[in-house]
Amino acid sequence: MSTDTRLDVRKTYKLFVGGAFPRSESGHSYVVTDSKGKFVANAANASRKDARDAVQAARKAFGSWASRTAYNRGQILYRVAELMEDRRPQFVEAVRQSEGATAARATKVVDESIDRLVWYAGWSDKVTQVVGGANPVAGPFFNLSTPEPTGVVAVLAPQESSLLGLVSVVAPVIVTGNTCVVATSHQRPLPAITFSEVLATSDVPGGVVNILTGELSRTAPTLASHMDVNAIDLTGIAGDDALATELEVSAADNLKRVRRAPAAEPDWTTDPGTDRLTAFLETKTVWHPIGI
Amino acid sequence: MTFDYAPAPESRSIVDIKPSYGLFIDGDFVDGHGKSFKTISPATEEVLAEVAEADEADVDAAVKAARRAYTKVWSKLPGRERAKYLYRIARIIQERGRELAVLESLDNGKPIKESRDVDIPIVAAHFFYYAGWADKLEYALPERGHSGENSRPIGVAGQVIPWNFPLLMLAWKIAPALACGNTVVLKPAETTPLTALLFAEICQQADLPPGVVNIITGAGDTGRHLVSHPDIDKVAFTGSTEVGRAIAKAVAGTDKRVTLELGGKAANVVFDDAALDQAVEGIVNGIFFNQGHVCCAGSRLLVQESVAEEVLAKLKRRMSTLRVGDPLDKNTDIGAINSAEQLARIRELSDIGEAEGAGRWSPECELPQNGFWFPPTVFTGVSQAHRIAREEIFGPVLSVLTFRTPAEAVEKANNTPYGLSAGVWTEKGSRILWMANQLRAGVVWANTFNKFDPASPFGGYKESGYGREGGRHGLEAYLEH
Repeated sequence: MSTDTRLDVRKTYKLFVGGAFPRSESGHSYVVTDSKGKFVANAANASRKDARDAVQAARKAFGSWASRTAYNRGQILYRVAELMEDRRPQFVEAVRQSEGATAARATKVVDESIDRLVWYAGWSDKVTQVVGGANPVAGPFFNLSTPEPTGVVAVLAPQESSLLGLVSVVAPVIVTGNTCVVATSHQRPLPAITFSEVLATSDVPGGVVNILTGELSRTAPTLASHMDVNAIDLTGIAGDDALATELEVSAADNLKRVRRAPAAEPDWTTDPGTDRLTAFLETKTVWHPIGI
Repeated sequence: MTFDYAPAPESRSIVDIKPSYGLFIDGDFVDGHGKSFKTISPATEEVLAEVAEADEADVDAAVKAARRAYTKVWSKLPGRERAKYLYRIARIIQERGRELAVLESLDNGKPIKESRDVDIPIVAAHFFYYAGWADKLEYALPERGHSGENSRPIGVAGQVIPWNFPLLMLAWKIAPALACGNTVVLKPAETTPLTALLFAEICQQADLPPGVVNIITGAGDTGRHLVSHPDIDKVAFTGSTEVGRAIAKAVAGTDKRVTLELGGKAANVVFDDAALDQAVEGIVNGIFFNQGHVCCAGSRLLVQESVAEEVLAKLKRRMSTLRVGDPLDKNTDIGAINSAEQLARIRELSDIGEAEGAGRWSPECELPQNGFWFPPTVFTGVSQAHRIAREEIFGPVLSVLTFRTPAEAVEKANNTPYGLSAGVWTEKGSRILWMANQLRAGVVWANTFNKFDPASPFGGYKESGYGREGGRHGLEAYLEH
């Protein structure tokens, strides 16, 4: 058979939950097109049950991920960057397909995404020194404040920036020891799935990052109201005040930490600062008497 | 063995309580438009004063005053000048310390030795601490990078505080807010408004510009009006998780910044190698300090099985020496329950504890006829499913559970939706640090309990709320992102 008649072997795009790639338990999928509207794939349309399963996986992974050394978490994130670099052409193609960018622009986006991972990887063993510290209390006590991960974080990833935006919201959450459930861009979910394949083949333990594709109307309310989710990032519903309010109200049921939806999707190419790192940290203060 | 003590009452003549108080808005006491309510001494049920109940229009007037003061005066004042106002306030609090302590004990019911030696000194220290930050804010949050842009105030803060540490909670709210250049409208709890109103006088003595601090008295409705006022930029609340949740819902979809310091059900974990006499002191301090009206109270004692009997025997002996009675008596250890409503809740949950099968014990103690009183109480044979092991009682009631292994202690300690504080008692250093890592709580006291300091951040994990008060971390809530 000559090569020009060879049929492509297409990839099935599935969810990424607990380190595995299941289809939606609902059996639902939806059509994902490229930037020009051409059919690309039937991606899994995650259900409420998928969201709950993902939360369970994230919770299960939390204890051991949080108790790894910061050095180890930094190494693992750096490893993710290495593997992305390795698959650079694949990511460039994925970004072009999703976002309709030129090859040059898509390459820039991928490079920036990799560099951002490297940047956040380095924060793993620095953030404690920057935001924590000893407190000079007026008495014979040792008193130390240190940051700790909040727990399970639900992340509504940006709708427009399918890779750089995704990396920019996921990396700061997990580098400090949180685990997360990510609801991807609805219309541009495929770079996230490719990213999950990188996570699966790096040393990120299963359940640390769980990725759900599909309609936010199915997953977001479940994540916002879930009593075992500790925090939620609403970046992905930028500008949708009504939905943001509804989700914030649900999130209040167990006093989730909420990173509110911005008015518009941020420019991901600018300096990210430490906001996204510190938003999902708790400060723990330990006292002990000093004496002989 | 019983000890007889002669009465040693602190004189209340140092305090001049007015028959009625208005609202402190824009630097003056003004009449409210709403009704008024009485504040009583919970120890005697004597009416101390009539206090105005701020209605929506009053809240609006206070917010407007705060906005004017913010725009025209306070946000423009150099940090070093704001600092000097706060230092002044700290000094006046020290100068009038005994007066404040007596008034606090009268209105709240807490023992004078606590208001005199704990509450009021920490109030003064808190103003001193944050005064010094006012002109150093650009160094406060290194994670944001060093620039003036990162040290801008937020605007007008609406602050609602509880009745358990009335003036101390006021200090925790007002000192960092003012240091950062914000102005405030603060609502004290309806059962304990008097020290906040005396604080308003202190602001006048300090010549604090009008409108920088506004004190509005009232109950839940007043608080709701304040929190939902559209011109409030920042909400700070200390109180129950239930109200905290309602506030989080009320501000949903707005740009208001929020910090919530809510309930707790702290585990106080005692290992078999602990210095048991010290641990017993810590257990007593953990749950009976301030009648157990403490969000971070060590209300669940987790004691290692091998020493459970011994600890319990020591604890009961120690509880038998606690003196319950007149808050103004210098020998009193446990004062009055703050209100009839709170007493009813403590009684209800304690009765439920008994009905669910836990063993209830209190030392013999004579409680005064008038006022609201509850004896120090310990429940044994408590399981994790019992309501007294899950719900915040906010009274002098301790639930005792046991454990065998450190892992079991951690599991039980963390088995709560709350996460405000925890205690650990062991002589083994590595175990302390391991436990401190494992406990999901914002404050961990190891071989001590219920220690507070302006330099030390305080606040919870999970449903105990979010944000920190105290220390460098406490500034973050009052600075623009």
